[in-house]
This record gives sequence, C-alpha cells and structure tokens, in this order.
Amino acid sequence: MKRAAFTHPWMPVLLLIPQLTIIVFFFYWPAVEALRSSFYLQDPFGFGGTFVGLENYFTLFQNKEYLRISLFTVIFTLSVTFFSLAFGLVFAVKADKVLRGASTYKTMLMWVYAVAPPVAGLLGVSLFYQGHGLITQIFALFGYEFVVGVNYKDTAFAMIAVSIWKQVPINFIFFLSGLQSVPRSIREAAMIENGSPFNRFWTITFPLLAPTAFFLLITNITYSLFDTFGVIDVMLRSEPGNNPMTLTYKVYVDGFRGNELGGSSAQSVILMVLVLALTVFQFRLIERRIHYT
Amino acid sequence: MSLKKTLLAATMVVSSSTLAFAETNITWWHAMGGSLGETVNKIAADFNASQDKYEITPVFKGTYEETLTAGIAAFRAGEQPNVLQVFDAGAATVIGAQGATIPVQDLLSQNGVTFDINDYIAGVRYFYADANGKMIGMPFNSSTPIMYFNTEALAKAGVSAPATWEEFAETTAPALKAAGYIPLTQSHLPWIFTENFFSRHDIQFASNDNGYTGSDTEININHPAIKAHFTALKEWKDAGLFEWLGTSWGDNAKPFEEGKAAMWLGSSGSFGGLTKKVDFEFSATMLPYWQGVTETPKQTFIGGAALFAMSGKSDAENKATAEFFRYLTSADVQYMWHQETGYVPITEAAYELAKSDGHYDGAPAAEVGIQQLSLPAGEWTKGYRMGFYVQIRDVMNREYGRILTGETTVEDGFAAIEAEANKLLARFAKTQG
Repeated sequence: MKRAAFTHPWMPVLLLIPQLTIIVFFFYWPAVEALRSSFYLQDPFGFGGTFVGLENYFTLFQNKEYLRISLFTVIFTLSVTFFSLAFGLVFAVKADKVLRGASTYKTMLMWVYAVAPPVAGLLGVSLFYQGHGLITQIFALFGYEFVVGVNYKDTAFAMIAVSIWKQVPINFIFFLSGLQSVPRSIREAAMIENGSPFNRFWTITFPLLAPTAFFLLITNITYSLFDTFGVIDVMLRSEPGNNPMTLTYKVYVDGFRGNELGGSSAQSVILMVLVLALTVFQFRLIERRIHYT
Repeated sequence: MSLKKTLLAATMVVSSSTLAFAETNITWWHAMGGSLGETVNKIAADFNASQDKYEITPVFKGTYEETLTAGIAAFRAGEQPNVLQVFDAGAATVIGAQGATIPVQDLLSQNGVTFDINDYIAGVRYFYADANGKMIGMPFNSSTPIMYFNTEALAKAGVSAPATWEEFAETTAPALKAAGYIPLTQSHLPWIFTENFFSRHDIQFASNDNGYTGSDTEININHPAIKAHFTALKEWKDAGLFEWLGTSWGDNAKPFEEGKAAMWLGSSGSFGGLTKKVDFEFSATMLPYWQGVTETPKQTFIGGAALFAMSGKSDAENKATAEFFRYLTSADVQYMWHQETGYVPITEAAYELAKSDGHYDGAPAAEVGIQQLSLPAGEWTKGYRMGFYVQIRDVMNREYGRILTGETTVEDGFAAIEAEANKLLARFAKTQG
C-alpha cells in the first residue's frame, strides 16, 4: 500500500493551525478561565476579589437546593433521552412499513425539527398555559387542575414533554435511515426463521441499528443537558421561583442574572467534568458492545 | 475661478465646519421595552433636537438583568456605554464597584449643573445614594407598589378598597368572594410583600443600617410580623380570598386585567399600560398595612431603576452625560415621562407641574404612587443595600412559592431564606475585598 506523506514536516502543522486556533480560543481558553475564576469570589466589574480556593465547590455541595437541582437534572435527562429515543424509534418502525403516502407521513413527522427551541418553548407554553392551554383543558376534563409555574411537578411535566416533542423528529430521521439500510435479504431470512415480528425486531433489526442508536444516545443526552435551555427559559419566563430547573439553567441564573462569577464558574466546571465522565463512559463501556458493519 | 472649483471649495468649507462643530455622541443602555421603550426614544430624540452639541443614542438591551450583565461585560472590555440603567436589585453590585461609575452628584457639580438632593421627592432621594447620602445613581423610572381595584367589582360587593390587612381579611375579601371575584392577586412577592412590607411597617430589613454602612450585612427576614403576614396569605389562599399564580409578573396581573380578580397589587408604573389594556373602570389606593403592627404606616421604597454614569469616558462625553441628566430631570420631561408611563416624577417641581396641570383630576389613581412615596419617612424607609440581591430574591421567590403551595411551612421557609441569604451576603462581602 502506498503511504501518502507530507514532504515538509511543518506542512501538517501549518494546515492544523486554523483549526487549533479556533479550539484554543473558543474552547480551551474559556475552560481554563472558568477553572481559574471558580477559585475566586470577585466583583463582577473586575475591581475587588478574594482567592477562596475550593470554597465555591464546597458551598455548592453543601447547598440542599443545588443537590435538588442535580437530582432533577438526572431525572430530566433520563426521561427526555429515553422517551424521545423511544418515540423516534416507534415512529420510524411504523413509517418504515407504510407503503402509500409514505413521504407525506415522513415529512409530517420531521417538520417539528425545524422549529427553533424558544419557539418550541412558546408553543409548549401555550399548550400548557394556565387555564387556557389545550393540554391544561384536557387535564381539567379529568378533574385535575394543571398549573404550570405554580406546581413544581406540573412545570416539570410540561418541560419534559415539550423537550421530548422537540427532539423526536431528529431521532425519527436517523432511525428511519438506519432502518432503511438494514438489508432486505436479512429481514426476509429472519421472516423464514422466526414468525414473530417482535422477536425479529429485537434479535435482528435492533442490533443492526445499534450504531445509530448509540450515536443518538450521545446526542440526546447532550441535547437534554444543554440544548433544552431555550425551552426551559420560555417555560419559566426567566423567573425560576419554586419551579424545577436543570444545572445548565442554574449556571445562567447565578452567573448571567445574578453576576455571581465564582459560584457559576464552579458550576460550569462541574458540568465540564460531568460531560467528560459521560463521554469516557460511553466510549469505553457502551461502544465496545456495538458492531459496526 | 470656475464654477466647479467654487462649488468644491464651498463643499470643503461646509464639511470642515461640520467637523468643527461635531456633536459629542454618548450612548445609553436601557431595559425599557415596548411602549416604555418608545417613550425612552422620544426623550432621547427630544434631547437631541433641543440642542446641537450633544447626541445621545438609546439602546435597548433586554431585561433589567440582561442590561446589567451586558453593561458589566462591556465595562470589562472597555466598551461601556456612557449611561447604564441598573435596577433596584442590582444597586449593590454597581454601587459596590466603586470606580465603575461616577457618582451622579459629582458628575453634575463638576459639569456646572446645579444639584440639590432636596429637589427630589422624599421617597427617591436616598435609594441609590451611598452611606453619606451622596446620590450615586440618578433615579429614572421610579415606581412603588400600590393596590389597583376594579371599581365595579367593589361596588357590586358593597365594599371600598381596604386600608389595612385586617379590613381586607374581615370585610373586603369575603364580600368580594361572595360577589364571585378572586379578591386579590399580586405580582412580585419579594418586592411588594417583603421589601416594602419592611418599609411600610418601618421595620429594620438588614443589619448595618439596612446594609448601607457595611459589608458584613445580615438580613432581618426572619421577623415575626412578616411571618404572620405569610401565614395569613396562605390561609387566605386556602380560603379563596387570595390567589397566587406563580412567580411571573404577567400571570398574576392577568386575572385583574380580565376582570376576574377585583384587586391587584402591582407597580404604580403599571398605570399607563393598564389604562390601555382594560376597558373597565379602575382606580388605586395605597399598599395596605397591618394595624396590629403599626398605627402609623410609612412611605414605601421605590422600585424600578436608576441611570448610572459609567467611568472611563472623556471629559467631553461626561459633560454631555451631565447635560442629558439636566434635561432628563427638568420638570417638563419628568412630567411627560410620568404622564406617558405612570412612573412617578422624581422631582418636587415635576410633581407640582403635574398637579397644577390637572393631571390627577381625571385620574386620581395616577397620584397614588407619588403620594405613598411622599408619606412620612421612618427610620428604615430610605432603602436597602444588599449584594447578590438578585439571587436573594430568587431564594425568596422559591420559598414563598413553596409556602403558598404547601410544600413547606412558613417557619421552615423563612429559616431557609435567612440562612441562604446570609450566606450569599457573606460571599458578596468577599467579592468586595
């Protein structure tokens, strides 16, 4: 095999510089800056400040509220990831079987994806609106008074529902294209071997979808943790009050609304470590079980 | 000399002369959206038209919190505006950062604009001042919480607007409930039922003279009077005499605007908007007080925001800012602002002008805010100064919400606010070191 190589040793470095510059300026430098300021308590305008070591971290771990928000973030991330993947998969499997008017079905299932998060949040708010929202009225039919913004659990439900709804289309697209790349011959062979569609799906189709599912798992966790900000902000109308919020939203509340730089830097460092741990876990433990064809 | 050359020469003379008389441009970052923003633009345009030396450009920066954060980020990058609007809860942050702003009192006197703090109405004088009473920020949009009521609803129930909470609980609310109304909603628990609860009843809100004279301040939230108030609120809510619809301002104003709630505690600055929004007759009265706590209720704090002159600007620009403040505080401009928005006029002269012009004859509700701010001052009514106050308000909102939804008790809720607020205050003190 012929091996392609650069004639000058500095050539690859030169070609990498633009990309590296971007990474250094937009990723590493802010990360280092966040780490540095998490050890200080400083005046937001940049006049005074005290080095406090790990105090910002200890304060967070001793704060009951922070732990409550962390727990909610876990519940939120797990349910949004699980349900948006599950719905995406079910819709994809069903749409894959549709013969007539297939493209219409697919387009209808996909177009929610084009809705921007704050707009999705706004639509969600209007569905769940106090007293007038469509879903609120459905709950009222069953005798349940659903009040977003007042009841912690109701707000949590609305946030999770809108976040799932927003994410289903992208999962649908990926699962559908994954399904369509499963060779027809394998499916037909499976049909001869085993009659039950349920068994066929879980023993043949799903393992072949695993690479797609793994990719979606990672992107959905990232989505739940970070990209749901717009939905949450609109749902809370920027006033968290007694409502649930995620760790990412808490960074915004303390850092950008409250100008508490030290504490919110510590929170973002914790999030960075969390994401790092998740990534390592996913690639080390889960990816080993996946076979790419 | 040909015609062409003459023209060219003339153009050059003209252009060089415009350069010589170039205006000093200054910028003003504010948080006034919607119709308030239009009035802000009008003030700026009128100022620019009133003279040809200075030109101010107003820029809308989003909510109060977003405006302050944008101002801070810009200051750190050396790109700060000349004038920054900062809201009540951000006052400790911006005043604490000495060197970020030029005290408005110094700015005016250095630039030959006469300044006498006594020209300002009593309630706004010291809220944005330092411990020695020097005005740091120019009070701009000042409001105070007042009680709006639906005239027809009260007539139907055969009651008048309550002056005290005792009257509300015993007479007004039950009658309004019987007449089919939600008796009362309110839009901002920390502002209306906490900060102004302390000033209305003249109770100390925080140590160090409400936080003005030191940084090791502790909040006095765990006071029996306010705990009794929240215990009553919860009982009223359970009895259908009071409704709470979450932390959002608008959700709580809505029932009143829709005619479902008979009374609503909002801002005196809401007057202009309400007039445009509702088609029923309404009026307003002062914030009720507990007769059992005080027989002589005092003035309330102002809410809203102040304008701060940012430091690091040239003398010429500072002069322009001072001239703009001179214009802004003139009686005519203040009266226009008061008429358009419902925010109180900040000077005595503007208030006199509004009275003599007959502004309150047709709309007595427009005067309630300023009357309440002009009530006798108490020992604890000039204001409060606490750092990280935005987060402290978040903590209050959280615990109040839990109290009203029954997730926690009044006792536990207030203990939690006290503990978390004091921790935040201690942390803020370290940012000033």
